[in-house]
Amino acid sequence: MNDSAPGKPGFETLSIHAGAQPDPATGARATPIYATTSYVFDDVDHAASLFNLQTTGFIYSRIMNPTVAVLEERLAALEGGRGATATASGHSAQLVALFPLMSQGDEFVASSKLYGGSITQFGQTFKKFGWKATFVDPDDMNAVKRAVNERTKAVFTECLANPGGVVVDIEAMAKIAHAANCPLIVDNTLATPYLLRPLEWGADIVVHSTTKFLSGTGTTIGGVVIDSGRFDWMKAGKYPDLAGPCAAYHGLRFYETFGDMGYTMHCHAVGLRDLGPTMSPFGAWITLLGVETLALRMDRHCANAQTVAEFLQGHKAVAWVNYAGLPANRYNALARKYLPKGAGAVFTFGVKGGYQAGVKVVQGVNMLSHLANIGDSRSLIIHPASTTHRQLTEEQQVAAGAGPDVVRLSIGLESAKDIVADLDQALNRAVGN
Amino acid sequence: MNHDSYPDDYIRAILNKVRVIAMVGASPNWNRPSYFAMKYLQGKGFRVIPVNPTAAGQEILGEKVYASLKDIPEKVDMVDVFRASKEAGPIADDAIAIGAKVLWMQLGVRDDAAARRAEEAGLEVVMNRCPKIEYARLNAELGWHGINSGVISAKRRRI
Repeated sequence: MNDSAPGKPGFETLSIHAGAQPDPATGARATPIYATTSYVFDDVDHAASLFNLQTTGFIYSRIMNPTVAVLEERLAALEGGRGATATASGHSAQLVALFPLMSQGDEFVASSKLYGGSITQFGQTFKKFGWKATFVDPDDMNAVKRAVNERTKAVFTECLANPGGVVVDIEAMAKIAHAANCPLIVDNTLATPYLLRPLEWGADIVVHSTTKFLSGTGTTIGGVVIDSGRFDWMKAGKYPDLAGPCAAYHGLRFYETFGDMGYTMHCHAVGLRDLGPTMSPFGAWITLLGVETLALRMDRHCANAQTVAEFLQGHKAVAWVNYAGLPANRYNALARKYLPKGAGAVFTFGVKGGYQAGVKVVQGVNMLSHLANIGDSRSLIIHPASTTHRQLTEEQQVAAGAGPDVVRLSIGLESAKDIVADLDQALNRAVGN
Repeated sequence: MNHDSYPDDYIRAILNKVRVIAMVGASPNWNRPSYFAMKYLQGKGFRVIPVNPTAAGQEILGEKVYASLKDIPEKVDMVDVFRASKEAGPIADDAIAIGAKVLWMQLGVRDDAAARRAEEAGLEVVMNRCPKIEYARLNAELGWHGINSGVISAKRRRI
């Protein structure tokens, strides 16, 4: 999307309007919450058409719901995608995104610097499905090249990673994935489509935890899978669930029948139907409220984060700050390329004094909240090594930017001076001043 | 007409004025895309007449199948080409001959020379689109399935 192109709606317009025409039944201007499990059929033939996917319409809210659909179309529009599938959480978005691509014995390549919960999901739980995740350092594109092979069904990365402040060169990674005839999937949770649209850099599929900046107020768990519609599942020759006949739909071929909508149709008609991680209409509605103000909020999140990062950099109790928005940061050049509006609001810093000092800082703050989330209107703080990343080995913790001295911040929308003051007093107490 | 990108109003006007569609390549096999499209369009009030030489004389969805466009004994508003691009030329010539007002080629089907002949004969032409998808998109149904319709509007749906 080119925000300034004449005749094309801008990002803020899409944030408010995409997917949400007035309600066809009542004319209601705000999106109604359709709290219903199911929908009546006109007759048996209509029901048959719906079950055969021959007509548009609603059957059962595990598969689709009018309120959830508004959020799906909204997020597809914001990412510049063809279609979207909302899910119960960011984790289930990752499951639903990979499910059409993977079979037992298949492999996918994933960044070793992903959010720790993703590393556990991919490396431990998905192994039980016979899906093999190969982790690779996203700073080393030669390593990524060596990791892909003909059994590789996807390459998966964050562009702006949680918690390390790492920025990944997704344009280069997309080329490697495409050379191996597989799609690049980007978790865009930390950047949001306001700061970065991975599909414009060659990614094929985007996933989000909508729990974070998209809903924005720390109220609602959710996720979404957005497809560009550009990947040729037939030509790649290794995606039988999308290009071949589907036994569960009497031999229907999703890619032939629905074309560039085939992946999104499959995510609903097979993924949500049979795995079941559906977003609730109420969750979708709250998330829609957040998305309407995404642009305004992200500007402030980034400005506050920049202020806090610059303050920490000058603090005597701080060993280092890893925020890609700082000019000396090793990822600053990539941040300027991919994230020109701001390097996000989640980053880490190291406290002098290691593990014990890190624990003292998170226990010494008053206004910042010590909890395991990011992307809230409130500023949040956590010590990953003792919480979100404790399931990992120490080697994995360090690789993920979550070593023993690391404190992670998610900077909120409060007055910047108050965030700075709270961190200042907690740091001074932690190092004994 | 620029056939790389159609204004919504152009497509909307065609779908609003057309009532009888001859679908060349309509399949009697219920899980083929053409069968899906025919059934959907019937449900929206269009009369769809199937054309398929290998199924001539049979019925698809209650409509008699004809071997060619020229065999259809009644007036046809629009010819929908559900055949490969290389077969679109003669179908376009038949569409002109029977006095159709619109020549529509399905998703993946495009023949610029055939389109030019049809336009010179006064037909409106759409290529590389599906009328089922376009109807659903403009009628705000496509979004029900999470698809980005590209429509921004503060009006209730219009088709």
